[in-house]
Amino acid sequence: MSALLSPIKDVHSERRLFLARVVLAIVISLLLMGSVVARLVQLQVVDHELFAEKSQGNRVRIEPVPPIRGLVFDRKGRVIAENLPAYQLELIPEQVEDIDDTLNRLAAINLIEFEDIQRFKDLSRSGPRFKPVTLKFRLTEEEIANFAIQRPRFPGVDFQPRLVRHYPDGDLVAHAVGYVGALSADDLQRLDPASYAGTSHTGKTGVEGSFESDLHGDAGYRHLIANARGRQVPGDSSELLDSLPVDQVPAPGSNVYLSIDLDLQRIATKALEGRRGALVALDPRNGEILALVSAPAFDPNLFAVGMSTSQYRELSENPDRPLFNRAVRGAYPPGSTIKPILALAALDTNATSLTRKTICHGYFQLPNDDHRYRDWKPQGHGAVDLHDAIAQSCDVYFYGISGELGIDNMHDYLDRFGLGTKTGVDVGGESSGLVPSREWKKNNFRDRDNQRWYHGETVIASIGQGYMLATPLQLAAAAGALATRGERYRPHMVAAVEDPLTGERRIAQPERLVDVEISNEFYWESVIGAMHDVMQGPRGTARAVGFGAPYEMAGKSGTAQVVSIAQDEEYDDAELEERQRDHALFISFAPLDEPRIAVALIVENGESGSGVAAPIAKAIMDAYLGYGDDAP
Amino acid sequence: MRTWGTVTMRLSDTQSLFAPNAPPMTSFSGILRRLHIDGPLLGGLLLVCALGLFVLYSAVGESNRLLMNQVVRIGVAIVAMLVVAQLPPDFLRRWAPWGYVAGLVLLVLVLTQGDVGQGAQRWLDLGIRFQPSEAMKLGVPMMTAWYLHDRQIPPHLGQLFIIAVMIAVPTLLIAKQPDLGTSLLIAASGVIVIVLAGMSFRLMLGLAVAAVPGALVLWNFMQDYQKQRVLTLLNPDSDPLGAGYNIIQSKIAIGSGGMFGKGWTNGSQAKLEFLPERDTDFIFAVLGEEFGLLGVLTLLTLYMFVVGRGLYIAVQAHDTYSRLLAGSISLTFMVYVFVNTAMVTGIVPVVGIPLPLVSFGGTSMVTLMAGFGILMSIHSHRKLLPH
Repeated sequence: MSALLSPIKDVHSERRLFLARVVLAIVISLLLMGSVVARLVQLQVVDHELFAEKSQGNRVRIEPVPPIRGLVFDRKGRVIAENLPAYQLELIPEQVEDIDDTLNRLAAINLIEFEDIQRFKDLSRSGPRFKPVTLKFRLTEEEIANFAIQRPRFPGVDFQPRLVRHYPDGDLVAHAVGYVGALSADDLQRLDPASYAGTSHTGKTGVEGSFESDLHGDAGYRHLIANARGRQVPGDSSELLDSLPVDQVPAPGSNVYLSIDLDLQRIATKALEGRRGALVALDPRNGEILALVSAPAFDPNLFAVGMSTSQYRELSENPDRPLFNRAVRGAYPPGSTIKPILALAALDTNATSLTRKTICHGYFQLPNDDHRYRDWKPQGHGAVDLHDAIAQSCDVYFYGISGELGIDNMHDYLDRFGLGTKTGVDVGGESSGLVPSREWKKNNFRDRDNQRWYHGETVIASIGQGYMLATPLQLAAAAGALATRGERYRPHMVAAVEDPLTGERRIAQPERLVDVEISNEFYWESVIGAMHDVMQGPRGTARAVGFGAPYEMAGKSGTAQVVSIAQDEEYDDAELEERQRDHALFISFAPLDEPRIAVALIVENGESGSGVAAPIAKAIMDAYLGYGDDAP
Repeated sequence: MRTWGTVTMRLSDTQSLFAPNAPPMTSFSGILRRLHIDGPLLGGLLLVCALGLFVLYSAVGESNRLLMNQVVRIGVAIVAMLVVAQLPPDFLRRWAPWGYVAGLVLLVLVLTQGDVGQGAQRWLDLGIRFQPSEAMKLGVPMMTAWYLHDRQIPPHLGQLFIIAVMIAVPTLLIAKQPDLGTSLLIAASGVIVIVLAGMSFRLMLGLAVAAVPGALVLWNFMQDYQKQRVLTLLNPDSDPLGAGYNIIQSKIAIGSGGMFGKGWTNGSQAKLEFLPERDTDFIFAVLGEEFGLLGVLTLLTLYMFVVGRGLYIAVQAHDTYSRLLAGSISLTFMVYVFVNTAMVTGIVPVVGIPLPLVSFGGTSMVTLMAGFGILMSIHSHRKLLPH
């Protein structure tokens, strides 16, 4: 349509009207923009300080820097526990669209286990969304290569280098050094949150557990420029870093030197391979533990790296109980290994003399009782004195003197040798064992009939059976006290603690305990001489072991009827039978006159102390004294 | 003020590149006039774009690739502006209704078979993907101005009603996509035409009173996220990590910029990603953080210069259609600027309106520049009357 055809319009008034409206629009526009400008002035001039502060607070974040855990060395300076860089698989919740699906697909390519999916889902929900959840602590090279190819399929999942605790000798030191494991909720309650900020693992057992405060160190912190998601900004934005406060460097954990000798650990572990048992060797002159082995063991790296549910179940439900530290927690009837101590007790209390002889017919009877207490040798030992009774391990002799000695004297002397109480060794979880007495029985039984102490109980206590229990560590300490003729030292595993920065060492001083006082010095030599004949005399029970050795040694075997320490497990018949066989025990020390090593061990269901346990003790002493096949 | 005479125009009267009376191409201003370019307007727009590119470079994390993207978009938009500037206003007027009807058809098509992008159905794929709602930003003021062109203004009530329908139909279609920001701008462009055409103040007051129950009705029709935006405006701290986060962070960015800013590419709020949508709707906060009050006032001044030049062109225009259209385009641009800066500074709710000519993105850039092309066409095609 053309303008020519348009109706007559009042052009002038239209112009005026339009102009007026434009002026109005300009006024309104200026008012609106004025309000924006006023707002800008308020934000940028009036409240500038406030917003500048908020902006600063927005971007600076304090992040803890975990300390490097101290190293653990053996007595010859060989590394037992170290920290190795390893690649671990991490998932960052905020970067993963469907966590469920991602975890399922990771399980499908065997990087994680299906069983653990729920656990990881819970973990990824519990922390901040930007905080990585570790799915696997140490990836093998194969796994890294495998995942690297598939990485595009898993946005938000990646591998990261971290320091991971590593035990190069694995199960060799599992029960001595213990292991570190991921911090649990309980640990977090117990530990100082400032020092442990940023730490992922803590010592759980063994030296790792009891020397946690030395090994761990203290966390430092650093200031980070964080972006809106709380993550650190890559280093290239350095101009933003200028205004940051000074960082605090973490204090590294101390290095710990053990008295443990890895060679002895290796020999003992190998000797106990395929068996259940434990061995403790120590230096009787100062209490330094030279070897502490419990078999079967486990690979402590599994705990440091983190296990899948099925791996842990396999360990914890294994009927051989590899996680159980038999050396310090296993309480066994000590059997005949306590005979030397009881012999000293009987001599010291005049319950017997060195010349007294007993005719052994193979059994013993209390007056007015039909019950026959049998000797291990059914046909009997014939006429035996105290020396013979120890060397040949005649039970009847000890049955015979038990009445005169009495349970309370037995308790008294065994107690002086440290049995029945915790040794106070520097690793936790120790069992105290048990040395019964009248008093003990009265306090620990409800039934009045059971509170009474019976003669028969004294009889079997004289050969280390009945209620009596001792740990291999206690037996080793007692053997040490025999070796030193009564000088006792608290057993310990840590020899020195070293500050890694200054190199300054804190040496653990041997802690001397109350000596065992025996009225006549000659009694020591008599009993030790008998123990010498056990191994190197013509009729000793372990003469086959000690025969031809280039040094003099002393020992005492023991065979204990089984009080199963395993509970609630189902065995098939063959296994049941195997597990009802007697435990084999042995204590020993050498060299005879200047003892440097004392060894105690038990082989569960090993049947023969002198046949099965004694050779292992001998191998340890050989190695330590420099006579072994693979002596250094 | 000069005295105005009755002006009638024909297509043949208008200047064109090839008209015998075309100005000589010997001087700069001569070239500009011959190309139908308004020098001051072009200058203002180029300054805005240039300042915008500086801010954008920082906001996109100093990416040359993204910066070049934007440069290309600006180039395309300026070409569109120059092409539109060559079209005489009469031509633009005669085709206005057809363009408007075609736009409506496309809007319906979008709702029935458009592509979904970012939770809204805005795109139509006709060989090239484009947003019909963008075309309606010019379609609505052109249509309403066309309607009023032959009529005596101010319009009477019946005519107002017809215009209201012309505005309401595309507005509602776009609001349904849902695209609150664009539908608001389109409604504004139409309303501005009526107000400039002289709608009585009494009527405006009446509508304002009626708007209260209207707002309540509108509230019920709003999407949840739209309601949330209004509620958050009233108290952004109520949801500091949710809907209020944008406003809080943009206020921190602007406020921490202070008088002179933290310096180009040194804005920590923007660089460390605290500020969401920093290269699009919230780019004004980046300007405020890095260039301070000085920077934002400079940009606002440039904007006001562009709006002022547009209104000058409107006042200078020779016919009703050109006047209303030029006025509407200029003031809609002004609304654009106000709504964006006001939402980023937390004065009005966050509606998705980008900062014109500065925010990253190309679709609205072309429409805006085409609008300025219309202004240039109107100004340069006037029949200059000897005084």
